[in-house]
Amino acid sequence: MTCCAVDTEGVLALGPDRVPSGEEVWLASKPLGNGLRQLDLSVPDMFCGACISTVEAAVLRLPLVRSARVNLTTRRVSCVWAEEIGGKPADPVDILKAIAATGYRTHLFTAGALDESDTLRNKLLVAVGISGFAAANIMLLSVSVWSGADAATRDMFHWISALIAAPALIYAGRFFFLSAWNALKHGRTNMDVPISLAVILSYTISLWETINHGEHAWFDATVSLLFFLLIGRTLDHIMRDRARAAITGLARLAPRGALVVDADGSRRYVPVDEIKVGDRIALAAGERIPVDAEIVSGVSDVDLSIVTGESVPLPVGAGDELKSGGLNLTGSLVIAATATAKDSLLSEIIGMMEAAEGSRAKYRRIADRAAGYYSPVVHALALACFLGWGFLDGDWKHAMLVAVAVLIITCPCALGLAVPVVQVVASGRLFKHGIMVKDGSAIERLAEIDSVAFDKTGTLTMGRPRLTEAVDADDRDWAIATALASHSLHPLSRTLAEHAATPALGFEAVTEKPGEGLEAATPEGIYRLGRHGFACPGEPVGDEPRRAASEVVLSRDGVMLARFYFEDMLRPNASAAIRALDKQGFATTVLSGDRIAVVEETARRLDIPLWFAELNPKEKVEACEKLQSAGRRVLMVGDGINDAPALSAAYVSMAPATAADVGRQAADLVFMHDGLDAVPMAIDISRRAGRLIRQNFALAIGYNVIAVPIAIAGYATPLIAAVAMSTSSLIVVANALRLNRRSEPAMPQRQVRPVLAGTRRTA
Amino acid sequence: MNMLLYLIPIALFLGGLGLAAFVWSLLSGQYEDLEGAAWRVLDDGDE
Repeated sequence: MTCCAVDTEGVLALGPDRVPSGEEVWLASKPLGNGLRQLDLSVPDMFCGACISTVEAAVLRLPLVRSARVNLTTRRVSCVWAEEIGGKPADPVDILKAIAATGYRTHLFTAGALDESDTLRNKLLVAVGISGFAAANIMLLSVSVWSGADAATRDMFHWISALIAAPALIYAGRFFFLSAWNALKHGRTNMDVPISLAVILSYTISLWETINHGEHAWFDATVSLLFFLLIGRTLDHIMRDRARAAITGLARLAPRGALVVDADGSRRYVPVDEIKVGDRIALAAGERIPVDAEIVSGVSDVDLSIVTGESVPLPVGAGDELKSGGLNLTGSLVIAATATAKDSLLSEIIGMMEAAEGSRAKYRRIADRAAGYYSPVVHALALACFLGWGFLDGDWKHAMLVAVAVLIITCPCALGLAVPVVQVVASGRLFKHGIMVKDGSAIERLAEIDSVAFDKTGTLTMGRPRLTEAVDADDRDWAIATALASHSLHPLSRTLAEHAATPALGFEAVTEKPGEGLEAATPEGIYRLGRHGFACPGEPVGDEPRRAASEVVLSRDGVMLARFYFEDMLRPNASAAIRALDKQGFATTVLSGDRIAVVEETARRLDIPLWFAELNPKEKVEACEKLQSAGRRVLMVGDGINDAPALSAAYVSMAPATAADVGRQAADLVFMHDGLDAVPMAIDISRRAGRLIRQNFALAIGYNVIAVPIAIAGYATPLIAAVAMSTSSLIVVANALRLNRRSEPAMPQRQVRPVLAGTRRTA
Repeated sequence: MNMLLYLIPIALFLGGLGLAAFVWSLLSGQYEDLEGAAWRVLDDGDE
C-alpha cells in the first residue's frame, strides 16, 4: 500500500527534533515488575493497516521488545520491553530508532489524564448497556400489559418491571442525579434537574400504583428515558475524548531533563524539575532550552519563534539571557539556570492564562440556559395540574397521576439529545477535515463570534522560511551554496539545502560560526555563506535594503558571488481564508510579537487592515479584552507560548497542530492540516450546527405543545407517552444527521508538506 | 399462564447473557481501537 509512504523529505525536515536520550526514555517508561517496562509512543503518521503491521513488525524485531501493539485510533504504540537482555542493560532508544527507520515520526508521550477519561467512558458505556437491557425487557412486558393482560398477570408484570428498573435506575441514573445535586447545591439548575425529578417521581408513582394494583405504571418510560439520555451523554464524552487523545498525541517532546555539568566537570542527566538555580547545563545544538538561563560560554543562534513570535533566529553569546522553550540551533552552549522550571517563563504564562479565563468560565452551555427557562415552566405546569385536578375533581390520586404524566411527557428527552447529537455530528465532520474540537461548548461559542484575531508567526505563516529570490546565482553558485547549507541546522540553511541540485558537491571542512554563517576552505579559496557582514567583510551592506526579508550572502575570499532572500512562508490558503472571512463580515486583526516591518508586510500581503506588532503576551491579552469589552466576540488563532494567555482570554480559540504544547492546551480547537482554510470551515460548520440546534429546540418545543394538552387533559397513558417520546427523539436525531448531507470528499486529506516552493531561479 | 413462570426467567437470563457479554468485551478492551481492528481483519499475517 502506498497511501502511507511517508515522504523522507518530511522526516528529514524534522531535524531539530532530536532522538531523546536513553535516560529520557527510561523516565517515560513505566515499570511493570519482573524487569519489564512499558513505553507508550505517539506515532502521529499512522493511517491504515499497512502502517500497523510495518510499525509492529519493526519494533517486534528488536530482541529487547516482548510485545508491541498499535492503537490506530489514538495513533499510539505501546511496547513492553525488558530492562536487561543477556545480563546487559537494554537500550530502549532502539525502539524509537526502529520506528524512525521505517519513516514514521515518533515522540515520547506521558499517559495520565487519558486513562482517567477512559475509565469514565467505560462506566458510561456499561450504564448504557444496563439501561438498554432494562429498557428492552420492561418494554416487552409493557407491550403485553398494553395488549390487555388481565389483572393478576398485569400486577406480576408490573412487579417484574419494578424489580428490573430499580437497579438500572440507581446504576445508570447516578450520572444525572449527582450532576443535578451538584447544581442544586450551588443554587443553579441544569438539564439534569428536570431529568432526575421526572425519573425519580415517575418510578415512585409507578411503584405506588403497582402496590395498589393500579392500571398504569410508567416503568418503561422511566428506563427508556434514561437509556436515550445516556446515549447523548456518552456521545458527548466520546467526542471530547477523541479530540483529547488526538491532541495529546501531538505533545511534542518537552525537555524532560538536561545534562548538568558539576563543578568537577562531570556530567549527569537531571530531570527538569530538579534543576536548581545556578546549575550549569550543557546544551547541544538542536536542543530546547529547559529553564530560563543565562549563557556562560559559547555562541549560537536561538529560535524563539514559539516563545516570542519572532520569526528570525537571534544570534546569542555569553551573558545573554535565554527564555525556556527556545530552540538552540547552531552551536553548543553552557548555560547557568536563573530560575527553576517552576518559576520559568512557562509558569508565568500559565499564571496569566488562569487570570485570563474570564469570559469562558462565565459561558453557560445552550442546553443549561434552555433548562434555566424550561424547568421552572414545566414544574409549575405539573404543580398547577396537580392542584387543578385535585380541587376540581376531588380525586387527588388521579390528580397526582396527571401531574406525573405531564412531567414524563415534558421530560426533556428530545432536549437532552437535541444538543449533543448535533455537536457530535458536527465534531465528526470537523474531525474529517482535520479539526479537533475539545468540547461541545466550543462549537456553540464559535457559532457566535464576529471578529477573528490572528497571531502571525506559525499561524498566518508557517514559521518556516521560503526562498523568494536569488540574485546573481549561477549553477555553480547554487551547488556551492546548497552544499554548504546542508551542514547547518539553521532554518535558512535548511531551506536553502532543500533546493540542492544533484549531484551535490562535497566539502571536506565546513565550519559553522554561530550567529554568522558557514565557512569552507577549498583549493579555489574560502567560501562563506551567511550574513552580509560575515561573507563580505568591509563591503557596504547591499544596495536595496529589504527590511522584511532575510538575506544570505555567498562569497569567495570576501567577494560576493550571490545573494538569497527569504521570507516566512505564508500558510497555504491563508489569503483565501482571510478573503472568505472578510466576505462573511468578520473583522480580522493581526496580534503579533514580531517586528513591525515583518508584521506590516504580512498584513499587507493578506490584506488585513488592522495589525499590532511587538506585543508581549500581556498586551495580546489586553488587545483581546479591549475588543471584547467593546462587545465583540473574538476568535483568537495562535500557536506560540506567547499566545497562550490570549487564547484563554478570547471568547473561543484555535491553534494549529504545530503549536507549542501550552498553546494547544489553551485552544478550544486544534487543526491538523497546514491550510488556514480550517478557520472559515470550522466557523461555517459551527454556525450550521448552531442552526440545527435551534431547529431541534423548536421541534422539541413543538412536540410539547401538542403532547402537553393531552397529558393535562388526563388522556396520556403510558403507551402514548412511550410512542411520543421515542418519536420525538428519533426526529431530533434525524434532523441532526442533516449536517452530514452536503457531501464533500470524505477522504482525509494527507498533510502535504511543501517540499519546494516554485521560485527556484529568479536571477 | 404457568408457562410464564418459565418463559420470563428464560428471557431475562438470555438478555442478561447478552449484557454480560457486552460488559466483558468492554472491560477486556475490545472497544479501545475500533479503527485499528477494522484494518487488522485485512492483515494476512504473511509478511
